[in-house]
Amino acid sequence: MEPIFKKQERTGPVLFSDYKRGEGIKKALEIGRENVLFELKSSKLKGRGGAGFPTSTKWMLTAAAKADQKFIVCNADEGEPGTFKDRVLLTEYPELVFDGMVIGGYTIGAKEGLVYLRGEYEYMYQYLEDYLEQMRKDNLLGKKILGLEDFNFDIKIRLGAGAYVCGEETALIESLEGQRGESRNRPPYPVNTGYNGRPTSVNNVETLAAAAHIVVKGGDWYAKVGTDKSSGSKLFSISGDCKKPGVYELPWGTKIKDLLKLVDASETKAVQVGGASGVCVPASQFDRTLAYEDVATGGSVMVFGKNRNMLKVLKNFMEFFVEESCGQCTPCRIGNVKLLEGVEMIEKGEFTFDYINKLKELGQSMQVASKCGLGQSSPNSFISIIENFKDEILNKIEA
Amino acid sequence: MDNKKTSRAPVSQQQFKVQKPEDTNTIGGMISVEINEKKISVPLGTTILEACKMNQIHIPTLCHHEDLCVAGVCRVCVVEVEGMRTLQAACAFPITAPIKVRTSTSMVRKARRHVIDLLLSEHYGECYSCIRNGNCELQSLANEYGVDGYTFGHCDKPAYEVDKSSYSVIRDMSKCVLCKRCVRTCIDLQEVGVLEAIDKGDKTHISTFMEKPLADVICINCGQCINRCPTAALHANDPSDEIWDAIDNPKKHVVIQTAPSPRAAIAECFGIEPGTSMTQELNTALKRIGFDAVFDTNFTADLTIFEEGTELIIRLYKALVGGDKSVAFPQFTSCSPGWVKYLEHFYPEFIPNLSTAKSPQQMFGAIIKTFYAQQIGVDPKDVVSVALMPCSAKKFECNRPEMTDSGYKDVDYGLTTRELAKMIKEAGIYLPEMPKLHFDSPFGEASGAGLIFGATGGVMEAALRSVIEFVTGNKTEDIFANANITPVRGFEGVKYVELPINAVGPVPEILKHLVKDWNWLKGATLKVAVAHGTANAKKILDDIKRGGKFSECHFIEFMACPGGCIGGGGQPIPTSIEIRQARAKAIYAEDESLTMRKSHDNPYVKMIYEKFFTEGPCGHLSHKLLHTHYTPRGKFIS
Repeated sequence: MEPIFKKQERTGPVLFSDYKRGEGIKKALEIGRENVLFELKSSKLKGRGGAGFPTSTKWMLTAAAKADQKFIVCNADEGEPGTFKDRVLLTEYPELVFDGMVIGGYTIGAKEGLVYLRGEYEYMYQYLEDYLEQMRKDNLLGKKILGLEDFNFDIKIRLGAGAYVCGEETALIESLEGQRGESRNRPPYPVNTGYNGRPTSVNNVETLAAAAHIVVKGGDWYAKVGTDKSSGSKLFSISGDCKKPGVYELPWGTKIKDLLKLVDASETKAVQVGGASGVCVPASQFDRTLAYEDVATGGSVMVFGKNRNMLKVLKNFMEFFVEESCGQCTPCRIGNVKLLEGVEMIEKGEFTFDYINKLKELGQSMQVASKCGLGQSSPNSFISIIENFKDEILNKIEA
Repeated sequence: MDNKKTSRAPVSQQQFKVQKPEDTNTIGGMISVEINEKKISVPLGTTILEACKMNQIHIPTLCHHEDLCVAGVCRVCVVEVEGMRTLQAACAFPITAPIKVRTSTSMVRKARRHVIDLLLSEHYGECYSCIRNGNCELQSLANEYGVDGYTFGHCDKPAYEVDKSSYSVIRDMSKCVLCKRCVRTCIDLQEVGVLEAIDKGDKTHISTFMEKPLADVICINCGQCINRCPTAALHANDPSDEIWDAIDNPKKHVVIQTAPSPRAAIAECFGIEPGTSMTQELNTALKRIGFDAVFDTNFTADLTIFEEGTELIIRLYKALVGGDKSVAFPQFTSCSPGWVKYLEHFYPEFIPNLSTAKSPQQMFGAIIKTFYAQQIGVDPKDVVSVALMPCSAKKFECNRPEMTDSGYKDVDYGLTTRELAKMIKEAGIYLPEMPKLHFDSPFGEASGAGLIFGATGGVMEAALRSVIEFVTGNKTEDIFANANITPVRGFEGVKYVELPINAVGPVPEILKHLVKDWNWLKGATLKVAVAHGTANAKKILDDIKRGGKFSECHFIEFMACPGGCIGGGGQPIPTSIEIRQARAKAIYAEDESLTMRKSHDNPYVKMIYEKFFTEGPCGHLSHKLLHTHYTPRGKFIS
């Protein structure tokens, strides 16, 4: 399949298609809240951070909640290993992200938007602040936006402190409130009880950018791209053993093998889709498609060539989780330590199959018993790599 | 305790915003759920855990504690909720829709067992030598889930050094299971905020500001964290070995005073249900253990009423008659050492308000090593003074440098209820079977007023029983039936009472050297308040700072611990509002059963003012031995 968009050119039918700053805001104010929600609903846009919650539902719930204050939060804590698409959007397409926030704020009835910017992205802080200042000058932010009497909305940028868990929306809110970054119990959900206890919609950078396009061009236009269950396009951050790594916009439903062709990867052994918390797809399954209904992802795609040691890959992921668990719930805090110990046992050849099976069962419990998405997805790579690369691991033992 | 409105818990956990159910018929009322295929009806917003409890379905818990806000972190209580991809923590899931719950599926049992196995793999479980052996929630869980081996290994070396810096609370973090009950206790229940989770991932641990030893931070020693710790990660600094040594030393005269709250609770350590008082059985046990004399702390509680009450009268007289504007009002009680240290750290500007009267424990200590030693003809250096207290802060209090007015350490050891129970067991004694025995003379007679010091509002009630009679000349019974001053009783966080003084009587003999008559109090309204738990104390202090209604109070009773001393940090574990209420009930029942129920009726108090403190309450000698001063500590930690 031909790429919709090559990264150097950055054009495409959806995110990288033409868009004039403020266009979406203008349109949204013209058509009104209900129609914004209607367009979003017909676009079938789902959360682009990875969880895939329908964006129209999230906005609808926040809009319906009764409160003196509401907030829209842009989740720019891009921390999933192997993801760098939000960086491109924020630096090259800030108009999409911020317009999306203004549209969201207008739709849900928020007066304030907060950007939770990854600590490592501090270098773009001033650039973004300057951008926001320009928007204020152009009446795209501030009081009576575009002349609309009762629409006041502004955006603040807050920097994260580097914890991976703060990409999880409730931990992000805790962090925004100045607390230790730890996920909350759900229910209640942020749409009812979010930032400072007020209804809050937390949306990924890419989701907001897509929303800006959808408002201008219509939900149906968006839904034409992609598959039935996964509408539209997705930005993929592709890295690893390939000749053309980078950020690509592809329609949902793209086959993994086509993606590999696109980035000029050869003799690929495996592809890790969805970052450290995603799954490892072996070569035998490259016919699978990237879509919510098959291999879902927040955008990270890591390509592993034939010479990669999968156990080392796995060890790297597990070390990441042992360190990045927020440490509050038992399955995630200790479970990941046990999985890493298991990997080290395999490395040394000092293990029993029985014990590895026990660890796999532990991983399954972690998937269902952990408090938040971090712990629930952290055993994914352990389970999928051990499962799919049994032979390699066995060879390793014999060697 | 209304812990849902506490300060710093994540907002989402403070208030479960209950969504309106789709079926409008259920609004404002009950909602039907299916638990293990049984249909039941529960109030909207009930957690799955509560719903199960109401229906006799047992769900194991670890991080959950009734007194604290929800955490949902241990994941032992997970259950299956139909339609949800993952298991849900029963303690943290409010029922707002007609859900279907299953509490014992294969997935649930496996997950719970995994959680327990993981906790055991990191817990330094030296069960034989552990202070909580037999009373450990992790041990019980392992037992309940049939743990017969360490699936994921076991920790045979401690991971952290034990922090023994504090006189009161010892931290052994190798036994911590990170349930965060202590954090929630310290931050939310008590609003002190000494403990917090530090670091992340596998390095997460509970620690103090800058990882300082507990003695160097603003810990008030209340020990509420100990009462809520499921393991032995937090426990009190146990002096029982030193006490055994003193008992075994024939040269030492070992005296113990017992406070009312441990007596109302110690039976719990022997498997008896909460609310069973064992005062006189305990006397026998203490004698058999080898204490040379057993005295009743209530005696000095009565004395406290005289000293603290007189101080109040002097303050009022100076302010109202003398027009002295420098007199600090309201006067605060000073018998709770946790409260005193809280004030010294958080509100040092209020130190002038604190009564200078020592706590009953320390008054007793000073008398034992002076008057009592003289009476029995023993050199005070050979007297060892032990105090049985419901309290961990009392251990710190007796080690305050200013508490040496007798020329010696006034009280040598503060012993908790739990520690004494252990000593009694060690001596081969089954407490409930002990015959009854009266306290030793001369400090064995005490009034019911001294006894009720143990429950929140008790000090105030005791003071009022005497003040009413001193000032009005009427009997307390004429105003409050049976002399039960019920408006100051109960577990409400903050209580406020106004008592108009319509008529005055003659000044009693013992106060004549201070005031000639009470006419200056005629027509006045005495305003008093009571608070328990430092979170409630904070509310009052902030109100006073704002110039609110509490700033017009004359006298306020503060207790550091929820429920007062009966909920103290040295009391048997577990604790809950029901248990604390049962203990309070036992104390009030004992008070009612006595004939002498007012401090000023205590003949031995009169005797000690005649024989020893001859200048009367707040006189020269009483100032030396029965009063103290405080240290403004502030919150700065160097």
